[in-house]
Amino acid sequence: MQEKLRRTMMFVPGNNPGMIKDAYIYNCDCIMFDLEDSVSYAEKDAARSLVFHALSTIDYGDKELVVRVNALNTPIGLDDLEAMVRARVDVIRLPKTETAEDIVFCDAQIERIEKTIGIPVGTTKLMAAIESAEGVLNAPQIAKASTRLIGIALGAEDYVTDLKTNRSPEGIELLFARCMILQAARAAGISALDTVFSDVNDEEGLIAEAKHIKQLGFDGKSVINPRQIQPIIEVFTPTLKEIQKAKAVMEAIAQANKRGSGVISLNGKMIDRPIVLRAERVLSLAKAAKILF
Amino acid sequence: MDIVTTGFAGTMESSDIMVTVSKAPGAGITIQLTSSVSKQFGKQIRSVIRECAESLGVKDVNISAIDQGALDCVIKARVKTAIYRACLSTDYRWEV
Amino acid sequence: MQNLDLTGIAHIDELLNVEVPFDNEHVYKELKSCHERELSDNKIVPSLQDAIRLCGLKDGMTISFHHHFRNGDFVVNRVMDTIAEMGFKNLVLAPSSLIDIHKPLIEHIKNGVVRRIETSGLRGELAEAISHGLMDVPVVFRSHGGRAAVIETGQLPIDVAFIGAPSCDPLGNANGYSRDNDKGIVCGSMGYAKLDAQYARKVVILTDNIVPFPNVPFGVSESDVDYVVEVDAIGDPNGIMSGATRYTTNPKELMIAQKVADIIDATDYFRNGFSIQMGSGGASLATVRFMKEKMVKKNIKASFALGGITGQIVQLHEEGLIKKILDVQSFDLEAARSLKDNRFHQQISASYYASPNSKGSAVNQLDFVILSALEIDIDFNVNVLTGSDGVIRGAIGGHSDTAAGAAVAIITCPLTRGRIPTIVNRVNTIVTPGKTIDIVVTDQGIAVNPIRTDLMKMMQDADIDLCTIEELRDKAARIVGEGTPIAYTDKVVGVVTYRDGSVIDLIYQVKDDQGSEE
Repeated sequence: MQEKLRRTMMFVPGNNPGMIKDAYIYNCDCIMFDLEDSVSYAEKDAARSLVFHALSTIDYGDKELVVRVNALNTPIGLDDLEAMVRARVDVIRLPKTETAEDIVFCDAQIERIEKTIGIPVGTTKLMAAIESAEGVLNAPQIAKASTRLIGIALGAEDYVTDLKTNRSPEGIELLFARCMILQAARAAGISALDTVFSDVNDEEGLIAEAKHIKQLGFDGKSVINPRQIQPIIEVFTPTLKEIQKAKAVMEAIAQANKRGSGVISLNGKMIDRPIVLRAERVLSLAKAAKILF
Repeated sequence: MDIVTTGFAGTMESSDIMVTVSKAPGAGITIQLTSSVSKQFGKQIRSVIRECAESLGVKDVNISAIDQGALDCVIKARVKTAIYRACLSTDYRWEV
Repeated sequence: MQNLDLTGIAHIDELLNVEVPFDNEHVYKELKSCHERELSDNKIVPSLQDAIRLCGLKDGMTISFHHHFRNGDFVVNRVMDTIAEMGFKNLVLAPSSLIDIHKPLIEHIKNGVVRRIETSGLRGELAEAISHGLMDVPVVFRSHGGRAAVIETGQLPIDVAFIGAPSCDPLGNANGYSRDNDKGIVCGSMGYAKLDAQYARKVVILTDNIVPFPNVPFGVSESDVDYVVEVDAIGDPNGIMSGATRYTTNPKELMIAQKVADIIDATDYFRNGFSIQMGSGGASLATVRFMKEKMVKKNIKASFALGGITGQIVQLHEEGLIKKILDVQSFDLEAARSLKDNRFHQQISASYYASPNSKGSAVNQLDFVILSALEIDIDFNVNVLTGSDGVIRGAIGGHSDTAAGAAVAIITCPLTRGRIPTIVNRVNTIVTPGKTIDIVVTDQGIAVNPIRTDLMKMMQDADIDLCTIEELRDKAARIVGEGTPIAYTDKVVGVVTYRDGSVIDLIYQVKDDQGSEE
């Protein structure tokens, strides 16, 4: 199965009709409607209803649709879940995940709702946002806590506060969490998603951070403004050289298959499975960036 | 559901609609609409508002709305939120 | 003096006007200094009333104004109030455009001072009132080029042009700025006033800034000016122009701008020496930035930029990327500053800009024009004049002129504005015929006019995703739903002309209060 691209996940405040109505026009891979921090306590019900009706009505095309619900230890969070599973959202993003139990509880709640409304259990996917030291340390268990999980994400703003530090341009304070989350995600075979870059006007800083997390191995990053999408996509777009190499690998496989040969080689070097996987990823990224080949 | 207080929802921002729901004993469903697109969509907006009230089983209600070009899905969300608030109810029914 | 016998010259009858012998009595010799003459023999009259009287204004005459002061203009209202006080009636008002600030005209129309109007556009309460049937005679709408043409041919004779000027010397050399002493009012180019001054029977300059002779460079020259009136204020600088038009941060506009730049890049017309006109709208301005990246990358320079000029265009000019600027209207202080300082930033008249009638106009040298639209229909006809509610709220400007003149006319617009669809089956008012519109760029798709198979091929070769205009219309309708058609009465309130003077559409009076009754 083709791995889903999650280079950019665009954050859309849940109580803003103007932004909700045409969020699909931008070139992001995922849209994350937020019912949590961007919505004031008094407007939680309004935002929930708005996102519910938008998801049920508006054609968002092939974007992966994610809703960040409120924490499930409140009635608000549970109401969010009731509405969003019914709205057939693709992914529920659980904020402030601390332990595997948080995920297990959420999974059970979703299953209950799925059964109530009669849709196949497991339809609704899950993403865990890790925003504390506790969560980072539990990341490996969290990442394997539910088959619904498609990814884990770092939420850096709360995390650095928890660490008693703040964010720096170099991001040294996030290195441990990023590595931890990445290992956990890879060990569980799910996506690793990086946090937001808050200064919308600092494109250079955004690109530097995107390069950093791409090199670490992340699948992508959250964005808070559509203007941040293109720079990140460009970082994640393979170079022509990478594409040519990947194509050569795929060509060599095709040739070997034609010959009925089990051994695949390119320019005298043997092509093993990791090389094939990397080549496939390069080509899918190139295709997503609409590079012709 | 019964209206027990006055409920508000929505904002005056573009693409939103500001809805006020209040008690109107014996008056049925009455709607006052001000809209930036009333000439083209006034009829449609009124019928969406009415359907929302009916679907939630509200009978005697006065709904006034100031529309800034909201889409139908936004209108539904705002009207229903205002009704739930006016009924002091959190017994949400998630239907489109 | 010698006694010349002219009758003895052979074939004297063929030498036209060689018949009167010189007479020393007829020689005039100036004895006053230049300075003395500036004080005594100038065109300054004590009051606006005097100027109006001296011009011989009569009931039913045609008067004109320019719109270079945009929404900061005091001149139209000031002159019309004075004319009304003096008791004139049934005047024809032929300004280059009218804006929100001109709403006091409503009273002058009601009182019979103004009988009819010819303009590029109408906005605000005045437009609203006219759409609701304020005037007996319909307003005639003309493009800037179309207006220039009828003035040049005499089809629209102007009796008196009242021209507000940020600087003027005592002999009538007027300009949109001053090299001597600005008094805070600057409008840059006076392109629309230039034409009126040239063709009006009488020309009155209103200024708050009398500067020493000669006020060069000038937008309007003394050879066209009859009277100069000094007034305390001609406009509000804040309403006239902003410091520098800012680049938009609106992501939707930026996305459209990026697409436009990609489209320009994909055409064969994007090569050294290309020419372009772009408006002051968000997407249009942002296009400048993305286009600049491509110009630098490909080492392409533009020969000229035309039309309304912004600081963004000026920046490219000063960086050497655009060689020359032809400026009919300066949109911001940066543009005005450049007009003053840059040798190859040229002030041009409306006729030079866009007239279809003159011996040459710059729109005919355009490669690209980037335009906006209130509505576009599936035949690519564009409406920039009436809103989706049928009410007048815009101006033709140079829309139809540049679309016709440019090899590639690109329209940028969002697919919907709030709940209003931009791409529709049939526009409320046709201003620019679809035949002259080549590419429509929205946030949700790009459509090329099917008659431009050449452009379509260029886009396909560059792997730019295209859809049909019908697909855009359907998409918009899916988003906003099906609206009720606007109801009109059968009274015509506006006649829309194409640049050649022909009538391209009619605007009807709107019926009130549909849909709001329960």
